[in-house]
Amino acid sequence: MALPRQIFDTVIVGGGGSGLRAALQLAEAGHRVAVFSKVFPTRSHTVAAQGGIGASLGNMQEDHWLWHMYDTIKGSDYLGDQDAIEFMCRKAAEVVYELEHFGMPFDRNADGTIYQRPFGGHTQNFGERAVHRACAAADRTGHAMLHTLYQRNIRARSQFFVEWMALDLIRDYEGAVVGIVALEMETGQVVVFQAKSVILATGGAGRIYHSSTNAFINTGDGLGMAARAGIPLEDMEFWQFHPTGVAGAGVLITEGVRGEGGILINSNGERFMERYAPTMKDLASRDVVSRAIDQEIKEGRGVGPEKDHVLLKLDHLGSETINKRLPGIREIALKFANVDPSREPIPVVPTCHYQMGGIPTNYYGQVVAPRGSNHSEVVPGLYAIGECACVSVHGANRLGTNSLLDLLVFGKSAGDHIVEWLKTNPQHRDLPADCEDLPLSRLARLDSATSGESVSEVGRDMRRTVQHYAGVFRTGTLLREGVAKIREVAERVGRVAIQDKSQVFNTARIEALELENLIIVAEATLTSAEARTESRGAQSREDFKERDDKNWLKHSLWYLEGGRMDYKPVNLDPLTVESFEPKVRVY
Amino acid sequence: MSLLTREQERIRWRSRRGLLEMDIILNRFLEQHLTHLTEGEIKSFDALLRLPDNDLLDLAMARKEPEDVGLAALLEKIRKS
Repeated sequence: MALPRQIFDTVIVGGGGSGLRAALQLAEAGHRVAVFSKVFPTRSHTVAAQGGIGASLGNMQEDHWLWHMYDTIKGSDYLGDQDAIEFMCRKAAEVVYELEHFGMPFDRNADGTIYQRPFGGHTQNFGERAVHRACAAADRTGHAMLHTLYQRNIRARSQFFVEWMALDLIRDYEGAVVGIVALEMETGQVVVFQAKSVILATGGAGRIYHSSTNAFINTGDGLGMAARAGIPLEDMEFWQFHPTGVAGAGVLITEGVRGEGGILINSNGERFMERYAPTMKDLASRDVVSRAIDQEIKEGRGVGPEKDHVLLKLDHLGSETINKRLPGIREIALKFANVDPSREPIPVVPTCHYQMGGIPTNYYGQVVAPRGSNHSEVVPGLYAIGECACVSVHGANRLGTNSLLDLLVFGKSAGDHIVEWLKTNPQHRDLPADCEDLPLSRLARLDSATSGESVSEVGRDMRRTVQHYAGVFRTGTLLREGVAKIREVAERVGRVAIQDKSQVFNTARIEALELENLIIVAEATLTSAEARTESRGAQSREDFKERDDKNWLKHSLWYLEGGRMDYKPVNLDPLTVESFEPKVRVY
Repeated sequence: MSLLTREQERIRWRSRRGLLEMDIILNRFLEQHLTHLTEGEIKSFDALLRLPDNDLLDLAMARKEPEDVGLAALLEKIRKS
């Protein structure tokens, strides 16, 4: 069967912050760009980013990109690649000023310069004192950024394919990526898009967890596409958690609640943080609180019919204090937990927020994978940027405000690199004869399966498995069991069936395809976490409590084929400055 | 569960948003009301779905009231779901 074909210079999968930034760079250089998005671009998950964009503009007090670089490396627990981190921190001011020029409504100082707010982990002079480094547009920074970039893309004539789902990459016989196959939801039509380069910008896959702050669209489609095309996924054991999301919903309850006197209790009514952090108690750092909650749950002191959460009690503060000091908390608790916090405690659980790992790239956004003796050989024609990529600037843990910066810097960088690369590679490469086979066989299976489990049933089991076995509190026993369990779930994913066989706006089919991507990320997460026998950044192993630089100062690489692991060294050599040697991380 | 009409499917997909809060609120609303929305309600719902996520969240959480009063009745249903 021959599918219809369309030709572009560059195809971008994903219309969030990084995809839009890359598209703009290419379209303004006169390239024919196609951006694919499951939802209208300004409804991408970037809209949820509130904090700001980290850049050492020095508008409030003295600042330097080198200090930002130090903070980022330390935050990454030394797993970040120092060339990429230097690149990002040095480019930060430039991409922020460009965004200002595009019309981004940044908050301002009285003298007209961009206002900058302080943010955890950002310091002056290598950790001496906190610095104001985050550039924001009220609490709608991501929203403003998406709208600014989208408008600019319309002006530059980027072409948008909205409500399309990319299914698979096309690689030719030499391994180069020469296009994608995508599905238009409204018609059910499947089309081959031939391109000189393809950029994956599909965001994170936080929906592998039962409790996640991620929107429902965050299903790791780019990671699934890359893994099916034989490309490894890097550092997938590292996920950032927030200690208190509403159980069953994922909506965050701000840390301010504990700051104002809210306390955590287990099924015995015990204020358990007194045991874990006798001095700081409920105000201990995020990772300590998250781990303690998860340990209480794992040891059977969780609350509820499934014993899968704890309680955040604040009724003792009185409704006046709650309303005055914690505006919005009552409405959030009522809406998403169905409790009035002035009378009842809020059920909470550590909640997945951000994916540090992803598709391995260099700082030009080019996807790299081991080949022969080279651990980072470029995959010609393929780029990855934003949360779906692992460049790696976040290493084992991300610093707040660095995610929006990451989108801008590497979106632009990938665009620039493609413009240069196409000067010497101006021709489209031929499509391989079998380029339609993989996506069509996946669709054919879903269309023909008459009986099988439902997507929602298997999806729920996947999320529960990942939450239980690859949560914050990790042990070898738990993880080994988890790997076995997630493989069972993966087999079930291969047998799911959908009732609706329509070609037109078939959301059940889309959700089945999304689950096929999610389960790949879930397997990568559990397998990588089980293999890494150390604690570093967001990975905390109860059986290996220390960071082990001798054996584990390296990136994990997980392959879909056989679920095998490989590793590559961390790049400790910055571009121009001296290396920051690993030190014990204390804040 | 009976199969949805294509129109219902379209509405269901467009209720996928950038903000988790909106995903949850709209999902709850659709679970209760999707199969018996009137033509007028579908029109109002489409109008709400065209709003940016943050504005829609402000309306759904009753932090703001809609400029178009014609949307108020459907919005009330969303708030109560």
